[in-house]
Amino acid sequence: MTVAVIQFGGSNCDRDAVRALAEVGVDAEFVWHEDGLPADAAGIVLPGGFSYGDYLRAGAMAARSPIMDEVRAAAADGTPVLGVCNGAQIGSEAGLTPGAFTTNRSARFQCEHVHLRVERADTPWTAAYETGEVIELPIAHGEGRFEARDDRLDELEANDRILFRYCDADGAVTDAANPNGSKRNVAGVLGDRETVAVLMPHPERASLPDVGPTDGQGVLRGFR
Amino acid sequence: MTGYTATVTVRLKRGVLDPEAETTQRALERLGFDLADLRSADQFEIDLDADSADAAADRAAEMAERLLANPTIHDYTVDVTEQT
Repeated sequence: MTVAVIQFGGSNCDRDAVRALAEVGVDAEFVWHEDGLPADAAGIVLPGGFSYGDYLRAGAMAARSPIMDEVRAAAADGTPVLGVCNGAQIGSEAGLTPGAFTTNRSARFQCEHVHLRVERADTPWTAAYETGEVIELPIAHGEGRFEARDDRLDELEANDRILFRYCDADGAVTDAANPNGSKRNVAGVLGDRETVAVLMPHPERASLPDVGPTDGQGVLRGFR
Repeated sequence: MTGYTATVTVRLKRGVLDPEAETTQRALERLGFDLADLRSADQFEIDLDADSADAAADRAAEMAERLLANPTIHDYTVDVTEQT
C-alpha cells in the first residue's frame, strides 16, 4: 500500500511530500508522470512546484498529461487524491475539483504563513481536526486566488465542498486575513468525492517537528 | 484543403479580477497617461489546413475549450482568415 507522488517536469515539493508522509507513517514513492500510475497506488499526491514553467496557466500543461486520465479514473474509484499548491492548480485544471486558481490579488508571489479554518472535520483530510479549528500552514504561490462564479460558490457551500478558508488567528474569516483575494476566502476544496481534495497551502511544509510547526500532519493522515 | 490562420483571443470573464491589468494600468498612469480602464487578453495565432473556414474555426474553438481557455474564468473568441 504505497502512495504515488507524481512528478512532472518542474515539480519541486515531491521530496518534501514523501518525507512528510513518512513522518505520519504513510509509505510513499515517486512516480514519474510518463511511467503511468502504478495499478496498486493506495493514494495519489499532486505535489507543488512550477510544472512546465507555469506556461499558459499554472497547472494547465500537467493537467493535460496522459497520467491525469489515470488519476481521474482512480479518483472516481475512490482512491484518495491530494493536490497541494501547484498540485491544486493541476487538480482544478484537470477538473478533479471545482473552480480555478489564478493570479493573486497582489499580482505578486507570496510566501508567508497563514491561518486556516477547518470548515468540516468529517473528511479523511480533516479528521485529525475539529470543525472550526484554526491551523497554521505556509503558502508560497503567485496564482492561488480561488475563483468561481457566485452561483457556483453558493452550490459548493450548500454541498459542503469547502474544506479550508483563510482566517485570522481567532478563526474569523475576514478580507484582511485573505492573502490572495480568494473568493469567499476559499483555500481548499473537495472534489466530487470527499477523498479528493486540493489546497493552496502546504501541509507537507508544516509536518516535521525538527523544522517547526506540525499542523499539516493532519491533512497527510488522510492517506492512512 | 486550404491554409487558414485562426486567431484565438482568450479574455477573463467580465467581473473576474485582473491584477496584472490593474498593475499595468497603474504603471501607464505613472507615466502620465490618462485612461479609464485597461483589460488584458492572451492571443494565439494558429496556422492550420482545413476544408473550410468554418471547419478551421471549429478546430480552433475545440483547442480553446480543451486547453487555451479555462472556462471557469475565461471567455474566448475565434477569428479565421485565409492565408495568402
